[in-house]
Amino acid sequence: MVNHTLDRRAVVEILTRDRQNTLIITGLGSSSYDMHAAGDNDDIFYLWGAMGSAALVGLGLAQAQPNKHVMVLTGDGEQLMGLGGLATIAVARPRNLTIVVLDNGHFGETGMQLSHTGHGINLASIAAAAGFAETGRIWDEDGVGHLAEQIRVTASGPRLFVVQFKAENLPRSLPVRDAVYLKNRMRIHLGLSVT
Amino acid sequence: MDHVTDTQDWPQALHRILREEDVRQMSFVPDAGHSALIRLFEQDNNVTCNVLTSEQEGIAIAAGAWLGGQRSVLLMQSSGVGNCINMLSLATMGRFPLLMLVTMRGEWAEFNPWQVPMGLATETTLNAAGIRTMRADTPEDLIEITASAARLAYGADQQVAVIISQRLLGAKKW
Repeated sequence: MVNHTLDRRAVVEILTRDRQNTLIITGLGSSSYDMHAAGDNDDIFYLWGAMGSAALVGLGLAQAQPNKHVMVLTGDGEQLMGLGGLATIAVARPRNLTIVVLDNGHFGETGMQLSHTGHGINLASIAAAAGFAETGRIWDEDGVGHLAEQIRVTASGPRLFVVQFKAENLPRSLPVRDAVYLKNRMRIHLGLSVT
Repeated sequence: MDHVTDTQDWPQALHRILREEDVRQMSFVPDAGHSALIRLFEQDNNVTCNVLTSEQEGIAIAAGAWLGGQRSVLLMQSSGVGNCINMLSLATMGRFPLLMLVTMRGEWAEFNPWQVPMGLATETTLNAAGIRTMRADTPEDLIEITASAARLAYGADQQVAVIISQRLLGAKKW
């Protein structure tokens, strides 16, 4: 059994610090709080619902912005609800999309019920089987350091990495909930028009 | 133009209209009624096509495409509308332009009873979720309605489903 020692807030901060040319989509719940705690910015679009959509919003964005790198930060429960989307992304084969699953093996927002990953299912193996170009599972600081380097290099196809944590509810760090505002600020960030 | 020629031509007309509206992404769960339009998009090097495992995925892709400055269209049959309900909140909450082209089953000379419940519920379900529906019963209407729906979606940030009637498509041959 792996001893989960990583601090998820610190990991998100490390993976997103000094980012260049990167746009970020966060899945509902703790992933959004983690990203917000690391520092709010116009290049982030937080989801507050539409569970299972984060990686696919990332796909649409990555296809529209081939010269940007898109990073999706989401939880194990959120990605499990979008499992079919991993097949869609594998077939689409974007070279500029990285999914980071922040995996505590539990549904953290709803009372810490054990999730499928908590029951032993490995999302990185599923992504590898689907044909993702790079996959991996990380549970220690060395792994996080390597991952931070790896995601700065352009890939040959989509990537999915699972970072494992112990299950805990950290203090919430709440981003803006207005999706129209979040949409428009990212479009302005990209130099696009607002309706 | 006689009816047969018209019916054969509508996929070509829809492809032209959507390209004139600068649609750059198309996602789909296939339906026989969409097969010609799907082929036209897949042969179009200026459009990125995504085959989906479930229709709801296309709503998320369309939102991401718009965030990044591209217009997207989503093709499905009526049974797929039921798969989309919660995901539609992404489009309505974010006021993301959403254009869905929905081919109907279960409403006209249908042989398969399993298509009937969702066929009956298609427009009601979409309307209940806050999506405008515009129904086309003839090829002429379909072409005009699609052009109007595209303007409404991409110009006025609306969520619109064009309902393509089974009478227009012809019942599936068994």
